[in-house]
Amino acid sequence: MNQARAFHHRIDKALHDDQLRRNFRSALSGIQAKREIQFPDDTQLQALREQARAVRASALIHQPELLERLEANLTANGIQVHWAEDPEQANAIIYGILEAAKARSVVKGKSMVSEETGLNQYLEERDIEVIESDLGEFIIQLAHEPPSHIVAPAIHKNRREVAELFHRFYPDIPYTEDIDQLTQSARLILREKFAGADAGISGVNFAVAETGTLCLVENEGNGRLSTTAPRLHIAITGVEKVVEKLSDVPPLLEILTKSATGQPITTYFNMISKPRQPGELDGPEAVHLVLLDNGRSRIRIDAELLDTLRCIRCGTCINYCPVYVQLGGHAYGTVYPGPIGIALEPQRLGLDQVGTLTSACTMCGACAEVCPVKIPLPTLINRLRAEAVNLQRTSTPLAGRGSLRKPGEASIWKIWQRLYSSPGLYRLFSFAATRMRWLTPVSLGGWTRYRSAPRPAARTLHELARQEGFRHE
Amino acid sequence: MSTAKQIYYFATCLVDLLYPKAGLAGMQLLRREGVEVIFPHDQTCCGQPAFNSGYRDEALAVARAQLACFKREIPVVVPSGSCGGMIRQHWAELFAGQPDEAQALAVAGRTYELTEFLVDVLHIRLTDLGEPLKVAIHTSCSARREMGVADRIEALVGQLDKVEVLTQERKAECCGFGGTFAIKQADVSGAMVKDKTDALRATGAQRVISQDCGCLMNIGGAFEKQHARQGDGPTAQHVAEFLWERTA
Ligand code: SF4
Repeated sequence: MNQARAFHHRIDKALHDDQLRRNFRSALSGIQAKREIQFPDDTQLQALREQARAVRASALIHQPELLERLEANLTANGIQVHWAEDPEQANAIIYGILEAAKARSVVKGKSMVSEETGLNQYLEERDIEVIESDLGEFIIQLAHEPPSHIVAPAIHKNRREVAELFHRFYPDIPYTEDIDQLTQSARLILREKFAGADAGISGVNFAVAETGTLCLVENEGNGRLSTTAPRLHIAITGVEKVVEKLSDVPPLLEILTKSATGQPITTYFNMISKPRQPGELDGPEAVHLVLLDNGRSRIRIDAELLDTLRCIRCGTCINYCPVYVQLGGHAYGTVYPGPIGIALEPQRLGLDQVGTLTSACTMCGACAEVCPVKIPLPTLINRLRAEAVNLQRTSTPLAGRGSLRKPGEASIWKIWQRLYSSPGLYRLFSFAATRMRWLTPVSLGGWTRYRSAPRPAARTLHELARQEGFRHE
Repeated sequence: MSTAKQIYYFATCLVDLLYPKAGLAGMQLLRREGVEVIFPHDQTCCGQPAFNSGYRDEALAVARAQLACFKREIPVVVPSGSCGGMIRQHWAELFAGQPDEAQALAVAGRTYELTEFLVDVLHIRLTDLGEPLKVAIHTSCSARREMGVADRIEALVGQLDKVEVLTQERKAECCGFGGTFAIKQADVSGAMVKDKTDALRATGAQRVISQDCGCLMNIGGAFEKQHARQGDGPTAQHVAEFLWERTA
């Protein structure tokens, strides 16, 4: 199936799932309200956004040096650094580390980069047990589904659906729809896994070059347990997560938690700087960091597209997207859904693969208005639309440029151009359209499924203005 | 008091062909304030439809054809939030590196959305002559976010003392028009406009007012289709036509 048909198929499925859409509407309205409480003062919010933007922008400009410093400082701290060009390499590196340590079971903290690489499946195929320890990730792992949101991976499920899922997999636990009790059950199940796991795998929110510190933001303590209980910890993240200094972290952390979940601070904030030292009672004996490129260096080359990499994966753009709320995350069919997904995935995977995602945007700008690092998402999406249909722009490192150009559509725009750039021709056309307005089709495909057909007026404003004595020039 | 004695009126394509009465009402409002309204004969469209769809060369050719219409250093007033946003925000991108870039930027720099111009420049005062009416206001996303003039339409409608303004749920959410989005993602757009019209109906408003013809075509068209099935309900109207109707 070609990408456009596959996308429409998923959209169709989502739009016909009323329960799913109710789940999203209610969950997202809740998150929006919580976020707004955190930012009572717009001037302060704008100042914080600007600060966060500047920190991330500067980190991207200096990324090559910062990555070198990060590697040097991590190494000096005893954390081993690995570089991966693509998902396959990242997975192989992680599997290699696990093999060498004879690790057969892994507990995972939440990591979207590991979703990019398909790590769980890769490890499971090699007989390594992988348990997701973030509650949302745990739920969707039971359901064999990918995350539908980058911060709240199980947001598409309501409590009844979660209760049924628990009951199916853990029939011994009494059925309940009480969220606290469900969480408690998950905790008990996971505690055992933490105690027994050979290794923990986590993501990273910020990697600080100055000190060689890996920062991990979370709410459930599962991140802390994944990174301290097992004897081996492997962190995986994208190369763009590096920031320069420790003092860069507080503004990013503040705006991240307030934007993402409406919390002034998360319950846990982990700063990992070393493996266990002699005399220490806990912590992993070895810590590894896998830095994944996966197209990021290519994106970095383009001065405009570079902005995409400022993203701190807070999910706020998704929470405010009026299209996402109708569809949910799975309809996008990519690891990252919503506005950031539309902007990032075609760059990562190629316009020829997922370029039609760019059609799922009304350019309303709600995403850019809330993005904590001020990524101009609609501008990026518009640029991708242009790249997808344009054959001439040559300086871009984008894969699949021009691949969505359809001759029929292109010639319609050419005709439109002729008509609207020649005033005489336009007047002739609009005269005809108004005089023959009864010929306007009453059925216009998708438009008239939901609305009446627009109909030209009896006279254009060109004519009315003249009639009413307005000055023409 | 007004400082602008003369302005150019840029009706844009949807207004010219589909909503000329709204366009004319905007001109009449301006004229009543003592402004000489000039309607350049050769104007057509700001280029937005093609720009939005990724066809930038085509958009550029059309936008370029407008420059000759707005040569003099007087304000350009546009009765549409999204066209205003296109000119003020995106012409810079569209014309970047082109020989006529400076000219385009100059036009963009003196472009105003109609409600913005009425409030900020003309400080218009309105006297309501109409019957009591309940309305809801839908601000277009471009007026709200690209141009930052969402409160101007509120201020204008707020001056009418027999009009009660009701507020719909999720007021700032997009109505689902999005230009070619409504064609390319017709079903998503349909679901969005359904949510929007449901929220607007729930207020009990008799009329929905907007400053953008795209939103009007979408919301108004959906109302019409729904009325055909379920009887009466609100109608949608451009703010200029609404204001003129109640004050003239
Ligand atoms: S694009 Fe902005 S709002 Fe969206 S996830 Fe990234 S940082 Fe958050």
